[in-house]
Amino acid sequence: MEEKTSFWSRITFSDIVDWTLIPILMIGVVISVYIWLLLPIEPGSMEANIIGDPVSGFSNVWASVLQHLKLIGISSVLAILAAVPAGILITREGFRDFADIILGVANFGQSVPSIAILALFMGIMGIGAPTAIFALWLYALLPIVRNTATGIDEVSADVIEAARGMGLTNRQILFDIELPLSFPVMFAGIRTASVINVGTAALGAFIGAGGLGNFIITGIPLSRERMILIGAILTAVMAVMVDWILGKIEDRLVFRRE
Amino acid sequence: MIKLEHVTKIYPGTTSPAVDDLSFTVPTGEICTIVGPSGCGKTTTMKMVNRLIEPTDGEIYVLNERGEMQNVLEMDPIILRRNIGYVIQQIGLFPHRTILQNMGTVPKLLEWDNTRIRSRAEELLDMMNMPHEFLDRYPHELSGGQRQRIGVARAMASDPPVMLMDEPFGAIDPINRNLLQNEFLRLQQEIKKTILFVTHDIDEAIKMGDKIAILNANGQLEQYDSPAKILSEPANEFIEDFVGADRTLKQLNLIRVEEVMDKKPFLLQSTQSVEEALQVMDEEGQDYAYVVDSDRRLQGYVSRKDLKEKSGWIDEYTTTAATSLPITMNLRDALSEMLMVDYSTICVVDNRDRVRGTVNTAMVQEALMETHSSGKREEV
Repeated sequence: MEEKTSFWSRITFSDIVDWTLIPILMIGVVISVYIWLLLPIEPGSMEANIIGDPVSGFSNVWASVLQHLKLIGISSVLAILAAVPAGILITREGFRDFADIILGVANFGQSVPSIAILALFMGIMGIGAPTAIFALWLYALLPIVRNTATGIDEVSADVIEAARGMGLTNRQILFDIELPLSFPVMFAGIRTASVINVGTAALGAFIGAGGLGNFIITGIPLSRERMILIGAILTAVMAVMVDWILGKIEDRLVFRRE
Repeated sequence: MIKLEHVTKIYPGTTSPAVDDLSFTVPTGEICTIVGPSGCGKTTTMKMVNRLIEPTDGEIYVLNERGEMQNVLEMDPIILRRNIGYVIQQIGLFPHRTILQNMGTVPKLLEWDNTRIRSRAEELLDMMNMPHEFLDRYPHELSGGQRQRIGVARAMASDPPVMLMDEPFGAIDPINRNLLQNEFLRLQQEIKKTILFVTHDIDEAIKMGDKIAILNANGQLEQYDSPAKILSEPANEFIEDFVGADRTLKQLNLIRVEEVMDKKPFLLQSTQSVEEALQVMDEEGQDYAYVVDSDRRLQGYVSRKDLKEKSGWIDEYTTTAATSLPITMNLRDALSEMLMVDYSTICVVDNRDRVRGTVNTAMVQEALMETHSSGKREEV
């Protein structure tokens, strides 16, 4: 109560490091990529055709970044929309029997190698972004379903009993007690799934989904290291940033026990 | 009032009932403790009252605020539970909610406005002797004893006439448990709730209960009576065993020194002269006498030997008394004090240290003999 000092005076050195270290490092990496890998590209060369012209702007690089974000964004949002309700459902009375089936489907998505999933669904759905998004979606389901169900199951039985004894309805117990208390575990699943998706989405290029993977799979047969590095480094930067941003959101939303 | 009529619970997949044809009535404003060996169905019995468990057979009635007996089996369980306070051993405070939000759970469900919830929460903290700062804290910032008090306060938030308590002090260390029990008994004097109180500890059952229901391992009621009656007249061998061989000593818990003390003890005034004191002691045939000041506050004692052939005022020869007993102390504690000192008689004082009487071991014994012969203590 007495702690109502100004916002600025409460910021410590470790807060500043916590908030700026990763973004500054990543900006540094991106600038290095620009200077060392992109700037030396000669106008009119084969690399310039694929990557873009460093002077007139890197339209291809930027478009690939956006395409990559689109792949992971759509697949992750769809995965959350499907997996969170599924995770909740399998903790409900009467639906626990379906837990094995739902977790089994999700497990299938996880245990088959991602490249194999892409190949498998390419056969059914054809090439292009929708197939990649579908595969990524399938791939992201398991961590979210499992963490949602685990989070809810971990809510102390005493808390639930007290809530029920005080006359909360099942719906109120779910929304007021179980979901808020299981949110940290659930969100950790979402974070894991999203970060894995950034890397997996690079494989989308194999089936013509675009994204940063394009530079890698084009660069390998042509033995253009510069091209491979651009794809690899930017994918890694994106994974780190997605993890960092979700981590910051988690800090904000998640109730802290300590 | 809580009334159980031939209540039976048979869990699916079992043949023998967990609770077998249970009938008893808890009068309004009394605490009924349910006690028995583990697995005797005491918690099941309690949970059937707010329908966390549905009885297989029988009827349960609860008296509501409007003075009507309501058949709980005909009520919406959600509405029913919002009108019955519920406290469990593990407390079950919501860790993501502040103390205010925790205490406001049921009032919020009953759609009280925030000002009313807050003032009720402050009132409850006052009752529990806790500071208002706690309202904005989280449960993990409180000690175990404080959390348990909040758990009880939360159950009382909407002032329900009936409360169910499942080993509410079971997880607390013995010293704090005793404290919480005493606090709660004092509180109950004011709030006069009708309470069903489950415990596995016979001592707690005796201490907390106006009535005790003792169940056997088959979920049958062996005896339903006042603690004094159960101790002095156990219905059968099972009760005798369950209550323990020291049941006579346990009876001492139920009697306060006030009830057995000599209310007109022989006392001397500190302003009396030695000569006068010796004369009175001769007349009364006393070798020792307690000395009080003009406010009846205990000064100490004098002995005839010390006063012999002395002159002046007796306060010069007064020795400080090693101990005195508070008037609210129970006889068991009083007896143990008496055994520790070699005085034949000990002063009983009120909270302002004024002598209200004296007590000795003979009086304790006499009180016990009386309960034993008549078993009538519960009217006292």
